[in-house]
Amino acid sequence: MSSYATIPAAECYRIEALTKSYNGRKVLDLARLEIHCGEILALVGPSGSGKSTLLRLLNFLEPPSAGRIAYSGEVFDAEHQVSLAARRQVTTVAQRPVLLNRSVRANVAYGLRLRGRQDSAGEIEDALNVVGLLALSRQRARTLSGGEAQRVALARAMVIRPDVLLLDEPTANLDPYNVGMIEQTVRRINQERGATVVLVTHNVFQARRLAHRAGLMLDGQLVELGPVPGFFDAPSDPRTAAFVRGEMVY
Amino acid sequence: MWAGLQEAVRLILSGDPELLEIVALSLRVSGIALILSTLIGIPVGAVLGLKRFAGRPLLIALLYTGMGFPPVVIGLFVYLMLSRSGPLGHLNSPLIPSLFTPGAMIIAQCIIAFPLVAGFTMAAVMGVDKGLHQQVQSLGATGWQTTLAVLSEARVGVIVAVIAGFGGVISEVGAVMLVGGNIAGRTRVLTTAIVLETRKGEFALAIALGIILLSITFFVNVVMLRLQGRTLET
Repeated sequence: MSSYATIPAAECYRIEALTKSYNGRKVLDLARLEIHCGEILALVGPSGSGKSTLLRLLNFLEPPSAGRIAYSGEVFDAEHQVSLAARRQVTTVAQRPVLLNRSVRANVAYGLRLRGRQDSAGEIEDALNVVGLLALSRQRARTLSGGEAQRVALARAMVIRPDVLLLDEPTANLDPYNVGMIEQTVRRINQERGATVVLVTHNVFQARRLAHRAGLMLDGQLVELGPVPGFFDAPSDPRTAAFVRGEMVY
Repeated sequence: MWAGLQEAVRLILSGDPELLEIVALSLRVSGIALILSTLIGIPVGAVLGLKRFAGRPLLIALLYTGMGFPPVVIGLFVYLMLSRSGPLGHLNSPLIPSLFTPGAMIIAQCIIAFPLVAGFTMAAVMGVDKGLHQQVQSLGATGWQTTLAVLSEARVGVIVAVIAGFGGVISEVGAVMLVGGNIAGRTRVLTTAIVLETRKGEFALAIALGIILLSITFFVNVVMLRLQGRTLET
């Protein structure tokens, strides 16, 4: 544990020899990965490449089968869970937003309630305003469209001011208006609040628009990782080049 | 029949003390039994619905069996337990009620209502979107907060569980007859009184008791349904 307590300030996560298996099948196998504080890291790759599994591990929702994740001076591995305080610095917006059967406002307030905090500074209204849903705050969340529901999920994550925001295909199957609104909000969370963002997406264009660095995952492994311009314009691995050109069937 | 109905209405309106006593005891016995079985049944149902552990399938099978258990058999079981020569009765503990007391009737009704409350709660919890667990945990919920969130999402089903428990105890006659003995002024409740008065040919009183029993059940269900509606609105 001590060797992980001295992570450089710019390093938000350090992942070492991380594997995750389900029923004996290894779905994630990462030798090493550092995620920098304040960056937007996009992970692209076909379905089943282990991207979503990695996000669940980064959110400390499932223990790794082997290896470790160092985060905020703590270690997360098969035996050790991180503290609740560390866990509460990280949140996920999933591809399919799961909203509570309550009003839009109650959904956005939920994370604050879990922390025993009051909305003293009007944070809920601010968050709803950012995602363009202030007018619907009293509406039942389950009556919203897919895009609106996803924006509520983003506002719900935003209001707890996470240090790390994990996004799992947040705009899959959404119309361009909702995609634009969500991307704008993600940028804002990253730039104005300094949150580290890990974005999992199939959409290479979205990764290019939003991310500082991008990585390709295939069969649970990280094939290539680098700054966005080079990753997309001059990838070093032929598999990355194929994926970026849309030649990889997935 | 018509005369019996008129007499029944007169009895209800006159506030007959014997009638009031029977109603009060019914509400006390079934109310306490329902509260106890709810306090135990909802957490048990939640755990069975949420957790995976060895022996869970067996517990679920036992619970489902309990949901269909004849009350009179439960009455027999409680009778044997509490009788002087039974495993609990011979302890002579002040914590264990004697046979032919409201306490014994409450125990029997608890055993009747518990599987209904726990079983329906479990089904309601299992029906909640599986993604909700991870979503609320990802928002920083502790294990306890996750369970509460799931129960809250399953609240309509949990209210149905309580309604089923109430329906099971307020209307049953076999168990309370066996362990209570239908003693006037002590253990006579609405259902056992209806049986007795019908056998005696006192149809007016039996009808009056039946009307009251139906009214209580209707009133409680209306309250519960209103609660269901309100929880859906919040």
